[in-house]
Amino acid sequence: MTTRWFGAKVQRVEDDRLLRGNGHFTDDIDDGALESVLVRSPFAHARINSIDVSAARALPGVSAVYLAADLPFGQTDLPILIPHPNLTHGRTQRCLASDVVRYVGEAVAFVVAENRYIAEDAADLVEVDYEPLPVVITPEASAAAEHLVHDDVPGNVAAEMIQDVGDVQSALAAAPHRKRLHLRFERGAASPMEARAVWARWSEPEHRLTVYDSTQSPTSIRGGLAVLFRLPESDVDVIAPDVGGGFGPKIMLFYPDELLVPFAAMRLGRPVKWTEDRQEHFTAVNQERGQVHEVEVGFDGDGRVLALDDDFIHDAGAYTPYGIILPIITAAQVPGPYRVPNYRVRFRDVYTNATPTSPYRGAGRPHACFAMERTLDAIAAELALDRIEVRRRNLIQSDQFPYEVGVAWQDGNRVIYDSGNYPALVERALQMLGPRPDGDHIGMGLSPYVEGTGVGPYEGAHVQVLVSGKVIAATGIPSQGQAHATAWAQIVADRLGVDVGDVEVTSGDTRKFQWGVGTFASRGAVTAGNAMAVAAGMVAEKAKHVAADFLEVDPADLELAGGAVRVKGSPDRGIPLAAVAVLANPMRYAFGGGTEAATQFTARPRPGPPLLEGQEPGLEATGYFSPVGSAWAAGCHAAYVRVDPKTFRLEILKYVVVHDCGRLINPLVVEGQIEGGVAQGIGGAFYERLAYDADGQLRNASFMEFLMPYATEIPEIEIDHIETPSPLNPLGIKGAGEAGVIPVGAVIASAVEEALGIPITEMPLSPLKLYELSQAQTS
Amino acid sequence: MKVNGVAQPAPADPRRLLSDHLRHDLGLTGTHVGCEHGVCGCCTVLFDGAPVRSCLMLAVQAEGHDVTTIEGLAASDEPLHPVQQAFHECHGLQCGFCTPGFVMSVVGLLHEHPDPTPEQVDEGISGNLCRCTGYASIRRAVRRAAELTQK
Repeated sequence: MTTRWFGAKVQRVEDDRLLRGNGHFTDDIDDGALESVLVRSPFAHARINSIDVSAARALPGVSAVYLAADLPFGQTDLPILIPHPNLTHGRTQRCLASDVVRYVGEAVAFVVAENRYIAEDAADLVEVDYEPLPVVITPEASAAAEHLVHDDVPGNVAAEMIQDVGDVQSALAAAPHRKRLHLRFERGAASPMEARAVWARWSEPEHRLTVYDSTQSPTSIRGGLAVLFRLPESDVDVIAPDVGGGFGPKIMLFYPDELLVPFAAMRLGRPVKWTEDRQEHFTAVNQERGQVHEVEVGFDGDGRVLALDDDFIHDAGAYTPYGIILPIITAAQVPGPYRVPNYRVRFRDVYTNATPTSPYRGAGRPHACFAMERTLDAIAAELALDRIEVRRRNLIQSDQFPYEVGVAWQDGNRVIYDSGNYPALVERALQMLGPRPDGDHIGMGLSPYVEGTGVGPYEGAHVQVLVSGKVIAATGIPSQGQAHATAWAQIVADRLGVDVGDVEVTSGDTRKFQWGVGTFASRGAVTAGNAMAVAAGMVAEKAKHVAADFLEVDPADLELAGGAVRVKGSPDRGIPLAAVAVLANPMRYAFGGGTEAATQFTARPRPGPPLLEGQEPGLEATGYFSPVGSAWAAGCHAAYVRVDPKTFRLEILKYVVVHDCGRLINPLVVEGQIEGGVAQGIGGAFYERLAYDADGQLRNASFMEFLMPYATEIPEIEIDHIETPSPLNPLGIKGAGEAGVIPVGAVIASAVEEALGIPITEMPLSPLKLYELSQAQTS
Repeated sequence: MKVNGVAQPAPADPRRLLSDHLRHDLGLTGTHVGCEHGVCGCCTVLFDGAPVRSCLMLAVQAEGHDVTTIEGLAASDEPLHPVQQAFHECHGLQCGFCTPGFVMSVVGLLHEHPDPTPEQVDEGISGNLCRCTGYASIRRAVRRAAELTQK
């Protein structure tokens, strides 16, 4: 197999329709749909005494107003997606709350009307009598447990987990130096530009439910809807069409609307749609990142870490639908690219009266990286050593792979780094960063990081050569902008010897491919990419066997190239792939397109049955890839920043990234992922803050006040790659989706600390925060 | 009002937003709605040639005016408009949701500044949010669009 496309900067095949305004996003679908609105709680914690929907139901144009009591599944708790033995007090919400609400934005009623305008008018007419209850909003307050979020969860603790590597107590006691740090990381919001949306239709004659959903996991949504509505999965189609960014929160299932919209469509006999507005997105869609770490580190006089004890609390929010994956990832990733011979980590996952949390790009890692990097800077400061030198002395070396960290990983396995070269990443980043710019109040930050990518359990792919010679390929996982259609086409095109433009990919449509898990955890390329390679490889083998029969040669002497199956070394002796597709389906009735070549009086006669022994008709195959463990990507970011000592404005003078995601499928796409990730990291480090007040109200639930960066805040990012292939998958690739965001907070913190001489122990920063810290230091 | 050069009847509902009218009455779904409060720029269209937020206007306010949406830049059987072509060449889009708004803003920018300085580029796209690209590729696309437009 030649690799003409793999590794090339192939321009994206999905661009044309998106650029022309011909994209197909969920809210673009109308088809006579009724429109709907959710009535949401304005209180962070309250008892519902009564709900009066009579005025709303009476409004002309209103089709239905549903409360929990109107739903057959109204008293069913939504699923805990990833149960875990340590999640002793897991709690999930119900589709519509009828008793107690536990965060601002929790849904209590669902209004369906002729159009959105009427639905919103009707939602305003729903009268809910709330009795406010005490609010628990910070993770510290939750851990103190003065008030409870759930009456039956003592101490507000959903889960506790302790892991030990080595003997931390003894190692700390024996360490020549010890240091304690208190580190705080606040919540952030993924904020994809497309908020969420669902459209559903029930066809009674076909007995078929069709759902369009801006989800990262259509196959799981389909499974859940089939269970809920007691339908065979084959009667439910779920399609994630074009999705306008995901970054994690769209992997959640179920948001209430994902059940209510199909339910209403089945009840009302008309298509129903729901499109979230930006304000409700801010409180109704899962958030992440709130953690408080108490770190104690023991180290020697050279700055080598001897023991690390991290005791942290994780802000679960009001419910734990996603289980304890986030704190498990944090616990696993605190040591990062460093050798930590004795490591103890304990976390408590605690409830607060805020929006539930689930993974947001980085998923537990930015805070883990922040904790470790702040610790290393503290060691350097304590010993008056160079910060970079301290990192060099602690890095895992390139001859130490596979490297076992000794803690649990999110897929149920242990954390084992498969391959990498961390010192090379750091040295290359320093080289790219170059000399320090002249001027005052300039700081440098550098942070290497690792990321466990490509978790299982599996993904699959279907690849078929049509009789036209065009190739179609499908996988279950959807794209939210990661150029899957281009990357998968590159992989398939190489194996079939065709032009990348001849491969048309469908993803995230259960009608085309019904098995799979979802797009999350930087896993798409590793799982679906390798599945594409497996399926296309099977098609190539089949093509060789069919062509060998026709050409009367040994299949081993054939190759796929130039859109044909041809004899190696004799490129003019072969048969077009389109003709092989015809011959792969022996037929009685020609239906045009050259298929007469496969009919009984035309095909070359040979003994035996028309369909070769063991052969299935059609030039197609379905293949799967199930990784044995995560492929561990890594990288190093470094930056020079300047902070204005009066206004505390941040200016990023230079930002460099060295990235290792194994073999690159398409550098253009990977660099786009990195640039976008860094921008999101910069936003989360200095501009974006979810300003919850003591009553649990999010005071800045709009893009006016939640300061997502514009172009004016984001510098040029210089990027370089090194490639240490993963030994765990045939393509040697590692995931790249989340990497850009992981170390940005750590880099900015280190650089700002140096620029201003103020200890930085929290995220996010802001001009106001730096002013307050400088005032506190002065006084 | 004229939309992409074609006269259209007045919207029936006086409180209908221009963005909703374009998307759901006229079926021009290339104009996207990202925030409904005029900050993200996804809904940017040209109003008598200048970029505006269609989510901050009522459809009736467009009576007697020319509106150009992303669909009006190049017919589907024609090559891409230079700004669209530049976004493609420079990987200036990922999920594509903010893209029509950016493209319309850049068309307006290049009309005003055919050869924009880096500061004018940032200024010209500073009313549009993108969560995927980190803007670097969009800046490259603006410069490339200026080249293509001048050719």
